[in-house]
Amino acid sequence: MEKLFCVGKSVIRKDALIKAAGRARYAADYEFAGMLYAAAVRCPKPRIRILSISDSRAKKVPGYVTLVTYKDIKGPNKWPLVINDYPFLPETEARFQGETLALVVADTQKAAKTAARLVEIKYRELPFIDDPLKSMEKTAIKLYGEDNVFSKFVIKKGDAAKALKEAHTVVEEEFATNYQVHSYLETQGVIAVPETDGGLTVYSSTQCPFYVLDGVAAAAKLGYNKVKVIQTVTGGGFGGKEDVPALVAAHAAICALKAGKPVKLIYDRKEDFNSMSKRHPSWSKVAYAADKDGRITACVVKYVLDGGAYSTLSPIVLWRGTIHAAGPYKIENVFIETYAVATNKAPCGAFRGFGQPQICFAQESLIDELAAKLKMDPVDLRLKNILRPGDKTATGQMINDSCGLEELIKTVRERTNWDDRVQNAKYKMQNAGDIVTGIGFSAAYYGVSLGAKGRYLDRAGAYVNIYKDATVAVNVGNTEMGQGALTVLSQICAETLNAPYKNIKLEEVDTSKVSDSGPTVASRTTLMSGNAIIEAAAPLREKIFKTAFDMLILKGADAAKPMSASDGVFSIEGITVSFAEAVAECWSRRLKMGEQGWYAAPHTSYNMDDGQGDAYVIYSFSATAAEVEVDLKTGVVKALKIHAAYDVGKIINPTLAEGQAQGGILQGVSWALYENLVYKNGIMLNPNFTDYALATTADKPEYDITFIEKPYAGGPYKAKGLGEVPLIGVAAAVANAVKNAAGVRIKSVPLLPEKIWRELRNCLKVTPSAP
Amino acid sequence: MKKISGGNFKLKCLVNGRKINREIEPGRTLLEFIREDLGLKGTKEGCGEGECGACLALVDGKAVNSCLMAAAQLQGGELVTIEGLKGRDGGLHPLQKTFMEEGAVQCGFCIPGVIIAAEALLRKNPAATVDDIKMELTGNICRCTGYEKIIGAVKKAESLM
Repeated sequence: MEKLFCVGKSVIRKDALIKAAGRARYAADYEFAGMLYAAAVRCPKPRIRILSISDSRAKKVPGYVTLVTYKDIKGPNKWPLVINDYPFLPETEARFQGETLALVVADTQKAAKTAARLVEIKYRELPFIDDPLKSMEKTAIKLYGEDNVFSKFVIKKGDAAKALKEAHTVVEEEFATNYQVHSYLETQGVIAVPETDGGLTVYSSTQCPFYVLDGVAAAAKLGYNKVKVIQTVTGGGFGGKEDVPALVAAHAAICALKAGKPVKLIYDRKEDFNSMSKRHPSWSKVAYAADKDGRITACVVKYVLDGGAYSTLSPIVLWRGTIHAAGPYKIENVFIETYAVATNKAPCGAFRGFGQPQICFAQESLIDELAAKLKMDPVDLRLKNILRPGDKTATGQMINDSCGLEELIKTVRERTNWDDRVQNAKYKMQNAGDIVTGIGFSAAYYGVSLGAKGRYLDRAGAYVNIYKDATVAVNVGNTEMGQGALTVLSQICAETLNAPYKNIKLEEVDTSKVSDSGPTVASRTTLMSGNAIIEAAAPLREKIFKTAFDMLILKGADAAKPMSASDGVFSIEGITVSFAEAVAECWSRRLKMGEQGWYAAPHTSYNMDDGQGDAYVIYSFSATAAEVEVDLKTGVVKALKIHAAYDVGKIINPTLAEGQAQGGILQGVSWALYENLVYKNGIMLNPNFTDYALATTADKPEYDITFIEKPYAGGPYKAKGLGEVPLIGVAAAVANAVKNAAGVRIKSVPLLPEKIWRELRNCLKVTPSAP
Repeated sequence: MKKISGGNFKLKCLVNGRKINREIEPGRTLLEFIREDLGLKGTKEGCGEGECGACLALVDGKAVNSCLMAAAQLQGGELVTIEGLKGRDGGLHPLQKTFMEEGAVQCGFCIPGVIIAAEALLRKNPAATVDDIKMELTGNICRCTGYEKIIGAVKKAESLM
């Protein structure tokens, strides 16, 4: 492999300085002359008929400017996303507690909030549904279509029913998972600024500026070339700033057009909880069948996601869950049916893992149960069945050479001393003290980028512009939200051009500067924008390298000898030319020093009718082991250490990659053990960080992380995608560790102490068996 | 800015080493005073109810949730915000340096608050152990990093203070 000077190095983040110094400008930090503030009026009940909206009392608040309702929407009142069932603002019916009914505009934030509270909504309460399984019953009231199902998918491979009937061993269980709230530290925020040509500039905290462009252009009925969306420094996303910032921005845009002034709309934490997207709660029933040697012969899954009041991204989230529902195993007979269902609660959408963590929790918990029933070691059972190069997935897709799953599993087994622990750790609840420890395993795979269901969005652009002074500006359409895109993409650009890393600047994403590059999701940014940058940089590289070579020859170098290029220096046998000198010479030669790049993902061949074909172009892989302790008196679990190994292709920046892994793992631990959003009768009971607990420094486990880099030929410098991979397998590993430690199988996330305590009491009535 | 009612409060204090004499609304929180009246935007609002630590500022050397404190309570006191932290050479503060070097910064929204909490800890306990650091930072939510590199950066800064 060629020697790299920048890719693969832990260079310091491009945005580290401004963030550590407190100088990074987030949406709430922007100020504009004459700026006004908007605040939302929110639906108080799970489902209402709106009779009237009046601002007669709100008007009396000093500084009050105007009320904005659906009548102010300029275009069709449908937020364009996937199914388009979500109105920008409701007209006659509102469908979840917290839905924006209207907005008020005032000259201070406080006045806007006060006025919003004084807007009078006359309404009639309507019957509602808060349970997705009830929503699927024939007699249920209808919220969406004829069956309340936003979306359904199937995968049919072989004859799963027959294989199940004929199997030596069968396990079947039901599982459930609760919401997860993104809890990005920066709440949703946007400023819409009217421009003199009737257009708008929108400053948005978002992962997906082009979705914001879609939303604002539609609501304001403006040509796309009259709307400019600029991404502000974004204080965390994790999927929570994928789709919904477009809705928030559309609201601000309508307010700004009506008021004729810049309007800032910043959510407070409670309304962010109440109205923004979440990880879907799920219900699933999973069955595995195996022969006497532990070969898995069939998998049957029914998987239901609680979509909430509007479909938003549920169809796509569900599809990703569907594709991965059988787990990373080669299985001849698979039947998977999945549903995303309407209820009268906050619409759920993207959250790191995107429909996979829920079903991974279920199927990886059940794999351990299968191992127990077969009296096999759960790691041995996995090794017997995992996908290796040349094997086919549940959709019949052949796994290529970029698959290190076997090595990952063996690495984690070794690093945990798995064999010793499992052999020596006989279940000893009767004579143990109050605290027992255990270890659990999980394996997962992850289709990188959008795959067949999102193929029309799966492209990305870049513009690379080299100035006369040899500094480089790069425009891309994918965003930095904390994950490190600015840095990793700068490294890719520096490496390709042989430019010093410090010379590269990634510009803030501006939808007027680069073509629609799709969303910043699905661990696709390094792959997609990275490839687009390489494509843009390739002709520049050729010019600079040729010019540098010419200059070296003029300086007396031997043309027959090879030229080396590293860290901004070109050289032949000790004679050198710098990147800056070569660039200056290119400019003197009047060469074109700015280039566009474009990368479209390779074709996928997936058939939606039977779920067979190539679903994603490439997969990343993970193996995760959790060490936990369980307090048998209270049921409290603590995650002590997480061992994980990942194959995400080439690592561009090891420190950043490790940071992604640690952060993803802790989000997984937090979801598995602590985070518990509660709805009662369609009302959210704990929309705050006091009652919705997140993992803190005190809850953090130790991390033991290994990367095994299986190169992907189609990736930039052989990289695949990382961001979502570390979270997916954590909850299952934790649940398997709890089983190993305390002998109880908890089949729902979060693994709250009371659930474990209850199971322990039940379990004490029977004779415990070996794990 | 429209005056609400009740007359204004004359606040005298020291902010990042500078004397400040300012009339403020009596009901103003310290966070509003910092962000809106002084225009110091490095201090963040994450939750508005003292749960996340994004709004921490140093008041008389102690880290406080500025969203929960009335600005008027600062009377005669000294406020230091993230903008006021400096190294001995007037450049970057050691914590800012180690946060950069250790990769402790991701989205960055929690970081000013975390650095303020760490500064308050190291002022009273210059040889804080990893456990001390963990306990001190339990009031700071970071959703990105998994805390490992943050704790490492604070520990590393001790030798540079």
